[in-house]
Amino acid sequence: MAERSHAPGQTESGGGGSTASHTPSNSRAETAAHLRQLLETEGDAIHAHTSVSNLQRHEVFDETENLDALRSEARAIKEDAIDRLPELIETVREAVEANGGTVYVAENAADANAYVADIVDDRAATSTAAESASGRPSVVKSKSMTTEELDLNDALESEGIEVTETDLGEWVLQVADDTPSHIVGPAMHLTREEIAELFTEQFDPDEEFETAEELTRFARDHLGERIREADVGITGANFVVAESGTITLVTNEGNARKCAVTPDTHVAIAGVEKLIPSIRDLEPFVDLIAKSATGQEISQYVTMLSPPTESPTLTFDEPDEPIGANTDAETNGSTDREFHLVLLDNGRTEMRADDQLRETLYCIRCGACSNSCANFQAVGGHGFGGETYSGGIATGWEAGVHGQDSAAEFNDLCTGCTRCVDACPVKIDIPWINTVVRDRVNRDAEPEAYDFLVDGLTPDEESGGLDLGKRFFGNIATAAKLGSATAPVSNWLGETAPVRALLERTLGIDQRRALPSFERQSLVDWFDARGGEGESKRRAAAGRKETHDEPTDALDREVVLYPDVYTNYVDTDRGKAAVRTLEALGVPVSVPDLPESGRAPLSQGMVATADAQASKVYAALAEDLDAGRDVVVIEPSDLAAFQREYERFLPERSFERLRDNSYEICEFIFGLFENGADPAALSTAGGDGERIGVGNGNERGNENGNRDNGHPIAYHSHCQQRTLNLEAPTVAVLERCGYAPRTSTVECCGMAGSFGYKREYYEVSMDVGDRLASEIEQASTDLVVASGTSCGDQLETLLDRTVPHPVEVIAPDHG
Amino acid sequence: MSTDTDTDAVGQLEHALEELEVSLERVSAADASERLAALLTEPAIGVDLPFESVSLPESVTTEPTAAALADAQTGITPATFAIAEYGTVALESRAAGDEPISVYPEHHIAVVAASDVVPDLAGGFDRLADQFDAGGDSIVFATGRSATADMGDLVHGVHGPGEVTVVVLEDR
Repeated sequence: MAERSHAPGQTESGGGGSTASHTPSNSRAETAAHLRQLLETEGDAIHAHTSVSNLQRHEVFDETENLDALRSEARAIKEDAIDRLPELIETVREAVEANGGTVYVAENAADANAYVADIVDDRAATSTAAESASGRPSVVKSKSMTTEELDLNDALESEGIEVTETDLGEWVLQVADDTPSHIVGPAMHLTREEIAELFTEQFDPDEEFETAEELTRFARDHLGERIREADVGITGANFVVAESGTITLVTNEGNARKCAVTPDTHVAIAGVEKLIPSIRDLEPFVDLIAKSATGQEISQYVTMLSPPTESPTLTFDEPDEPIGANTDAETNGSTDREFHLVLLDNGRTEMRADDQLRETLYCIRCGACSNSCANFQAVGGHGFGGETYSGGIATGWEAGVHGQDSAAEFNDLCTGCTRCVDACPVKIDIPWINTVVRDRVNRDAEPEAYDFLVDGLTPDEESGGLDLGKRFFGNIATAAKLGSATAPVSNWLGETAPVRALLERTLGIDQRRALPSFERQSLVDWFDARGGEGESKRRAAAGRKETHDEPTDALDREVVLYPDVYTNYVDTDRGKAAVRTLEALGVPVSVPDLPESGRAPLSQGMVATADAQASKVYAALAEDLDAGRDVVVIEPSDLAAFQREYERFLPERSFERLRDNSYEICEFIFGLFENGADPAALSTAGGDGERIGVGNGNERGNENGNRDNGHPIAYHSHCQQRTLNLEAPTVAVLERCGYAPRTSTVECCGMAGSFGYKREYYEVSMDVGDRLASEIEQASTDLVVASGTSCGDQLETLLDRTVPHPVEVIAPDHG
Repeated sequence: MSTDTDTDAVGQLEHALEELEVSLERVSAADASERLAALLTEPAIGVDLPFESVSLPESVTTEPTAAALADAQTGITPATFAIAEYGTVALESRAAGDEPISVYPEHHIAVVAASDVVPDLAGGFDRLADQFDAGGDSIVFATGRSATADMGDLVHGVHGPGEVTVVVLEDR
């Protein structure tokens, strides 16, 4: 196949080879143009397919009772198998050789390709298959991403070998001279109309192709002939069972079955990571792979062959001989079959030794991380992908097999939203792999001329040379503090054209995106000015008296409200609402000035800075934790840092202590309700008809709402909040307060912290956001709430209305 | 309805197959041949059935030639076992040609004994592991009809059969 035709830099300006992440302006513009083109040409088809697969995966996951146990089991098997990899390679070698086949471990692509070409030439010379039309040696293939990694087709064709892909999607790509846009549905970026046009032009049928049915029939006949004539059948392998030498192929079409048993010679090509110990270990994977990939319970065909098989050889140019005529009756097996297992290393041994990339080898290539990714749904694998692989996990694969530069091309499209974390059947921390590779790319970058511009704003742990925009966003806490201290001048200045042009040129902040407006008085200052902890205790005591007849120990709590950067300096209203709500329910609050969580630097791949922040946060909270106080967080991404990433930064006991004692604000309120606190203390939809904290003038009172049915409210949870399983408590709190929440199905708002501000990603961000906005508009509610800062900002821009945090809707309006 | 576990499993299998638009036929061993004859479309090819006093209809060619394989409309094979939960039949890749006979013709008829219907995938893997221990180490789990969405819409009958029937021998 030709050089990948979709890489950035080759479409518009021919920049070639440059990576999106290092250089400012010109390469940002190139990346933006490339992604814009994909949004226009491939985005709709990709979104249609991936979003359906994703919804079906959600459904079948929900219906699978032991899902989590299955995923854990699958992961444990992979961990063990990769750990024992050298031993398993020897085991499978013995097993395949005992069966009568051959195992070849190929060091790299050239090695693998040369070996396969030799086999084909050798077999073509002695093959009993029908002569192909061209008289050249011929190969039929079933779908295999590993052979894409090898560029096997090009290599064989350059040796004069005819190669035909028999998976319909792969064949369409072969005819179109295109590359896969998705690891499972490689041609999903093409519509039926485009395929029909292509095939009509290419094959000149009597009547123009129109329907998928016609195209499929034609493909079946055309490819059927190729299969019958072929000298060698090449398949990949989803799993290889070491003990028995069993190749497992998971397919829906049936072409892999035919490719494996029709020609006399079968070559299976698999990365070494596909080895699992025994046939029993296959069970969780067979159960999970189709569910994860397409939402099917099981694929049409799970082929488990321990070749060379006893299945009779088929010789279609001797039509009158019974099939299997050359079978040896003595052994009851075919004498004529040949089998080669090619196990590919190509960087995998190094990945195995790399503590951060090793997890990538557990990947079963189901594509769930692609389907669950809002950015992938928008642009597909030609944007969110490297030389071979695409989607979230591709960063690990590309960095491992093709090198970091290939991963750098697209790695920034991962926003760290974590929706793939729930989707992955083997529980790979895909966002972490993306963060680590981003960090490595950052560190490889050249120091830049503009570093002095951000130096004062960036008290980080990073070496020079990192992209200025990343460095700026990674140190957002410092900038926000300065912006607040100098508000409103900073806000006015930030909106002037020259400043916006400078921000775009140097930091890559898109001029079309509204900047946050800083509050002069931070939440921490407001709380102090209000009387601090003493005043909060007084208010909580009053609240408790009013709402609890018999105060219980369970309600005897004290809260440290974590002032995340955004709540502290930009959206102080939601912080104040949280304070008032907790006090009304009888819980005293403190709002100390705490360090930034590390979420901001993490999202820019600044791991060392995030690590240092984690230590600072824990040190600042340790005394409160020891005193038994609960840490309550409003911004879900900061809570996710405490509960997920801190595991990598803090000692186990510290991590667990903070994890177990930190809560999302609505999760905490739900807990208070569950222990007897009375929602009547809050502002409820069934109350006096006034709702608080929603200042858009659109409210129509509660004439449509009542306690039984609830007042309709559209609610978009935050991506990381969903991954923490914390969407449900917010829904429950809203219900208890008299609302009927309608939740969104779109996985992410597209803003994702800094992502939507970046010039090269602004349009992708808006495309993703548009889908969410139209879903919310369809809900036709007069209230829209969102838990995340960036979700709220994105929706406010797209819907042109106020989108508060849920706690602002339920908070009592005084104090 | 009987509470016998086999029967329950067959009921579950039938339900799963309905979802896949595959029909399930219940038949006694004595009536199997006649029922198969009614189900098939000629030319038909097949693999001899291993169930006691069950034989293929006379119109079915066993040990077919390559030409017969290419022309066949119906292929009849035994299934070693079936998995009720998912509607899966387990086909052995044997010298008798089960694999090509089940995948090449447009209509595949799989014949399975009721006593070989296991409730779930775990039960299937128990059988599979036994099979591997006994040396039969090439098996296909086939579930429903061959399918693709690669041409823009879902189409059945791509490289494999577009029609599948599962015949359950109630007294075997």
